[in-house]
Amino acid sequence: MNIVNELQSNMYVQLARRNLTRQTVRTLLAAIGIIIGVIAISSMGILGNSLKLSVSDSIGDIGDTLIVGPAPGEDVITEKQVEQMRKVSGIELIIPVLQSGDKIDYRGGSTFGSTYSLEKEDLQELVEIEHGRFFRPGSTDCVVGSQIATSLELGVGSKIEISDSRMRVVGILKERGLGFDISTDTGVFMSSQMYEKLYPDEDDGYDSIIITVTELDKINEVKTSIEERLNKREEVVNVFAMNTITEGIDEVFRSLSLFLMGIGSISLLVAGVSILNVMLMSTMERTKEIGVMKAVGASRNDILWMFLLEALFLGVGASLIGGVLSFGGGFLVNYLILDDVSYLLAPTNLLYISAGIVFGIITSLIGGMYPAWKASQMRPLDALRHE
Amino acid sequence: MSEPIVELRDVTKIYRPGANQIHALNMANISIDQGDFVTIMGSSGSGKSTLLNLIGCLDRPTHGTLRINGIDTSTLNDDGLTAIRRDNIGFIFQQFNLIPTLTAQENVEIPMIFARMPLAERHERSLELLTLADLEAEFADHKPNELSGGQQQRVAIARALANDPPILLADEPTGNLDSRTGQNIMKLLSELNTGGTTLIVVTHDKKITEYSNTTIRLQDGEVCDEYCE
Repeated sequence: MNIVNELQSNMYVQLARRNLTRQTVRTLLAAIGIIIGVIAISSMGILGNSLKLSVSDSIGDIGDTLIVGPAPGEDVITEKQVEQMRKVSGIELIIPVLQSGDKIDYRGGSTFGSTYSLEKEDLQELVEIEHGRFFRPGSTDCVVGSQIATSLELGVGSKIEISDSRMRVVGILKERGLGFDISTDTGVFMSSQMYEKLYPDEDDGYDSIIITVTELDKINEVKTSIEERLNKREEVVNVFAMNTITEGIDEVFRSLSLFLMGIGSISLLVAGVSILNVMLMSTMERTKEIGVMKAVGASRNDILWMFLLEALFLGVGASLIGGVLSFGGGFLVNYLILDDVSYLLAPTNLLYISAGIVFGIITSLIGGMYPAWKASQMRPLDALRHE
Repeated sequence: MSEPIVELRDVTKIYRPGANQIHALNMANISIDQGDFVTIMGSSGSGKSTLLNLIGCLDRPTHGTLRINGIDTSTLNDDGLTAIRRDNIGFIFQQFNLIPTLTAQENVEIPMIFARMPLAERHERSLELLTLADLEAEFADHKPNELSGGQQQRVAIARALANDPPILLADEPTGNLDSRTGQNIMKLLSELNTGGTTLIVVTHDKKITEYSNTTIRLQDGEVCDEYCE
């Protein structure tokens, strides 16, 4: 309460308030400039951030995963190589994957998908069942990804046909989004016996190995020891750490956000110039008044603070309004460009709005600095003579 | 005998130093005691405004020593001069020079604000001063453009008294007023002088000298005796 009273009775505050209201239209126009600048910066930041959030959401949590594939010139990863990998410490799961692609027919309709052979236990680690259940080892049953189920209108119990082999759909998987290990949503998963029946000519060995580590920090350590163990004489496997993808995505979108905010900040720059203009005009008009104030005892600092405070009030007021309106701006760009407004209220977006507000206030202060300094340097006699 | 409140020793003010020098004031020696009522007279260009600006610490002498209330002003920087003005001098201008966006009372408060006086004290004192300057209480919250010339000058006088300065400096205080209003203002000023305030008035109105006890005449930048005109 005391601080409020103190502020209200502070004469700089009183004078600044009064001076801002004496040219209401001009103050309003300068404020609108700052408001637009803050909205532009915040909305652009929100857009970049929402893009990032929506992409990372669809990629999912894959940071702790390594994918081992055969090096160029090698066809498969052999069982012996897998055994070698098992000796590396820090590994939680090793999932050998057999993968192919094929046409899937159902009641006259057809689509293309990836066919996988995974052990039932391993599959359970990677995906979740939405309807039905997992297949039994050795059976001719399969589970399908959500996208295949939707496009072929499959349900539990439907019988699909791949390369003239019929199999029964016993489970439909939950949608997982884009992945780099296995394409869950467009995959058909079956037992190894069924897979062998489909592709009898394939070489012995696996197409890829999915490895998850016990601790995310150890991922590079595990990657190096696998490479050291297996690629001792010649390069036979490629090890790819997924965290480099997520890090790369983060990096790209951080740059994108900054770039978009940079574009937005141009409008704030213009607003800063308009503050400079308004304040400079105001010091010119008030030259005589400054002279009177100096004559009756206002020091240079008094005058400097008086004008800086005006700029600060203008900046804080306009930036806060801009910050509130940024929710609207963010909604609009997200709706128009992403067609998805669910990320608008994400905590990281509030960060971008705060950044916009801070930039708005700083711009106003910078714009007010030169006029304030100029006013404070006026000689009282010259200012008094000014008509 | 205490030292004079305003003391000029060999004060010279030269504008445009260089080839086309203008000696606005030349070797002026003036001494004004506390409680004096001094009028400074002279035709335009005689240097009377220069003298007023120097005494008011709005300008610095080119040569010579100027002491206000015992303080040698030549050693002071801009903020030092500001403090002298704030604490020692009350200005009364011909054009009143009130701040148009502020009410009468707020205009009176301005010098107190810069002297860091608390709000409540400011409010109370500004009303007292307006009463002292004979402005009816109902006009305290009027803006300057809602007041007559005489009322505006009363507000200006109240403002000049705000920080209780020992010196009042008035530049043609009645110049913008009709003669009756002017007389009332002069009466008010001489009452203040009777109360102990040193009053220095620049004018070319001879009638004003009737109120004062000393008249300083200036001609071409020189202080001269009573009959130099």
